[in-house]
Amino acid sequence: MAYPADFKYTKEHEWIKPDGGNATIGITSYAQDSLGDIVFVDLPKPGTEISAGKTFGSVESVKAVSDLYAPASGTVTEVNGDLNTHPEKINKDAHGSWMVKIKLKDAAELNSLLSAADYEKFVSEEGGH
Amino acid sequence: MVDFNGWDMPVEYSGIIAEHNAVRTGVGIFDVSHMGDIRVAGREALASIQHISINDASRLAIGQAQYSAMLYPQGTFVDDIIVHRLAEQEYLIVINAGTREKDFNWVRDNTRQFDCVVENLSDDFTQIAIQGPRGVDVVQKLTDADLSAVKFYWVTRGTICGLKNILIARTGYTGEDGFEIYIPSDEQTSARVWNEVLQAGKEFGVLPCGLGARNTLRLESKLPLYGHEISDTINVWEAGLDRFCKMEKPEFVGRDALDKAKAAGLKRTLVGLEMVDRGIARDGYRILNSSGQEIGYVTSGSYAPFLKKNIALAYVPPELSAVGTEVLVEIRNQGVKARVVPTPFYKRPKKS
Repeated sequence: MAYPADFKYTKEHEWIKPDGGNATIGITSYAQDSLGDIVFVDLPKPGTEISAGKTFGSVESVKAVSDLYAPASGTVTEVNGDLNTHPEKINKDAHGSWMVKIKLKDAAELNSLLSAADYEKFVSEEGGH
Repeated sequence: MVDFNGWDMPVEYSGIIAEHNAVRTGVGIFDVSHMGDIRVAGREALASIQHISINDASRLAIGQAQYSAMLYPQGTFVDDIIVHRLAEQEYLIVINAGTREKDFNWVRDNTRQFDCVVENLSDDFTQIAIQGPRGVDVVQKLTDADLSAVKFYWVTRGTICGLKNILIARTGYTGEDGFEIYIPSDEQTSARVWNEVLQAGKEFGVLPCGLGARNTLRLESKLPLYGHEISDTINVWEAGLDRFCKMEKPEFVGRDALDKAKAAGLKRTLVGLEMVDRGIARDGYRILNSSGQEIGYVTSGSYAPFLKKNIALAYVPPELSAVGTEVLVEIRNQGVKARVVPTPFYKRPKKS
């Protein structure tokens, strides 16, 4: 699985794509694969403040409920409402199925996140046990 | 793979939704070797079965099976079981994985006064379930037994995949027609038969199915799972299994307590819920009334892959059990609206 090099990643399996002072957030292909068939997402409303490392929503597959952790702090500006009715799109294209867009509070927070290469290494070790 | 009561078992192979729907519309196969098997045989085998189970085993013809349960003296569940009558004085009790040792000890200890032998055959069999409307076509390709003569909840014996005298039961835990076969448990035989069943099922679109689909299938069909809908603190009336409990039998373990429980009235009852608002009720979530007070809990809940709805089974007070009643399910600290609906959620279409 190719992890886009212009994304940053968390150990909780979210990706974030920075774009100046804004960023787009979703979950990784590894996450969707571990969860299996995704049937539900619970996302925050526009205007919600989210904080790095804290939960901002959840995603559910048939078998499991998983919290979503914010890769960075900021204010939600846009929510992908399409996922409410078609959550299975995350299984088909996790890196294209964004969940929220935020206005970053402090773009420097992203420096502490994993690069694509680091994340790939992380999941190959996690998946190996 | 997950650890399921000590068994390494896959939750899913190709995906729970695909596996679930294969069983509803075609055929799926499950390795259910974790189920336990107890043989009871001898002059007083029937009397001992009658003593430890709620259903009436005297009604069983040779080759017939019935859903039943074993109770503690207080009327709560040791386990639910399937009793098969294999011969004049020989029965096979199929029990759950999580309760194998407990169940075997229970049967042995509570049948000591009867002239019969009780054997734990759990490790002797690999049990493979072939489930779904095309299950019969798959199994018929592999056996000389005439399956058209075997009705639902009956068993036969035949050669299957070259193995002689194999027990073939038309039973299952999916709400569909299907078979469960009991083959020798050595790894080589088990793997060979599994692969031959897959091969035979290819033309019917067979999928190997894991524990995930097994759970969603049984939930749609409202089949109870020990530790969820039934347990050592839940009685037969609460679980709504009245029709399997033959109170006209003069005696069985738990009968007196059930008499008293019935007279005292129900404090809670199992209902089916369908989510009205967005959200999925999960096992253990609390049920609240409109003022936010806890009134019950979810025993099993999931997205239902065939019905494409979010459904749950839950214990609620009887006064809130009528179809159409609205309750709240507490999901991440929010009360999410759900409605009591008729069960089973899914019933397989009658054959035309």
